[in-house]
Amino acid sequence: MTTAEHGLTEEDLHGVFDETIATDQRIEPRDWMPEAYRKTLIRQIAQHAHSEIIGMQPEGNWILRAPSLRRKSILLAKVQDEAGHGMYLYAAAETLGVDREELTEKLIDNKQKYSSIFNYPTLSYADVGVIGWLVDGAAICNQVPLCRCSYGPYARAMIRICKEESFHQRQGYELLLAMVNGTDEQRAMVQESTNRFWWPSLMMFGPPDGDSPNTQQSMDWGIKRHTNDELRQRFVDMTVPQAEALGVTLPDEGLVWNETRGHYDFSEPDWTEFKAVISGSGPCNAQRLAHRRRAHEEGAWVREAAQAYATKQREGSA
Amino acid sequence: MIPSSDEGEYTAEGGHGAVPTQGVETGSGTPRRGSWPLYEVFVRGKRGLNHVHVGSLHAPDAEMALHNARDLYTRRNEGVSIWVVKADDITASSPGEKDPFFAPAADKVYRHPTFYAIPEEVPHL
Repeated sequence: MTTAEHGLTEEDLHGVFDETIATDQRIEPRDWMPEAYRKTLIRQIAQHAHSEIIGMQPEGNWILRAPSLRRKSILLAKVQDEAGHGMYLYAAAETLGVDREELTEKLIDNKQKYSSIFNYPTLSYADVGVIGWLVDGAAICNQVPLCRCSYGPYARAMIRICKEESFHQRQGYELLLAMVNGTDEQRAMVQESTNRFWWPSLMMFGPPDGDSPNTQQSMDWGIKRHTNDELRQRFVDMTVPQAEALGVTLPDEGLVWNETRGHYDFSEPDWTEFKAVISGSGPCNAQRLAHRRRAHEEGAWVREAAQAYATKQREGSA
Repeated sequence: MIPSSDEGEYTAEGGHGAVPTQGVETGSGTPRRGSWPLYEVFVRGKRGLNHVHVGSLHAPDAEMALHNARDLYTRRNEGVSIWVVKADDITASSPGEKDPFFAPAADKVYRHPTFYAIPEEVPHL
């Protein structure tokens, strides 16, 4: 596989890579790729995987307290999907030459991050619905364009994930519909939860385009297809009518239809809060990481036992 | 323990929400000692179709790999049959050799039916 053998210089290989991207074809695992492209993808895919895995915790918090067997079954299936999404993504990351176990270590050692949204607590059962509606809705806006990402294994993982996210969003919205058609107290719970999750959901798209100097590079590489602000706008435009159907007020006085632009105007999220939460000072960062670390450490004996059994079976049959 | 907010840029490139794209370690690439082997997973969607590669997973042995593959890749009736193959046991053509490796097929246009000119009035050809 060395390049010299086939008489190709690094410049030739770069040419092939650029050509593949320019013609909107996919880069596959064993293709030559620039080191910076590979590293960008590892960061993005690994931390996306971590987000799915950590994302099980806020909702997992409500499994035992779900109000009916129907709701409990749905929530269990959803949380299991999040684990599945994490696994698809770790599998994609591994095609770039990193070891899955090392990625887990980097997460629990706080050397890689995950989405800031999972550092907010789930204080009421309405949060389960609002997370499906707003948080998964925002994730879908981000993830649908990633189905056309230039890196084949990531794009394929995203196609599977997006199919399943649709269930996540719809179950959340249906839950909220049931609540807003219930008692005044239930309607108040939905409003209170929306108030807490609205701004963190907008922050999921990342800082404004002017503060995202690397966006252009990611777009040139075909990893990213739309800017942060474009996706955020799309999300707001999609969500306003959904909020109206629920009879819920989105907590932004600056949220108004702009006839000229053909879009909703809205206020700027608090980026200081975003940076603080993603880098460790959110309400639940310590708790989320400690829980993940504990699960990993307390599961060690299971991994070792399975390994010992496999070794014994192999030796027995040899 | 908790780093300060100096990671540089935060983009939306984490998919499920923005994550930092600078100042984050990417990993050494060395497999951990005693890690479970990697299995590639192939699923037959329904009778009459080929098994198709869907992804990979780690498991201590093939039987566990099969069970994990069922839970991971067929939660919504996506398959009627699964193969798991140790990734190490797969021999693959090298992408670097793509051109010379597949070159023998490139100049044999006579292998395609469209190579042959047949008068239009001749039926069923």
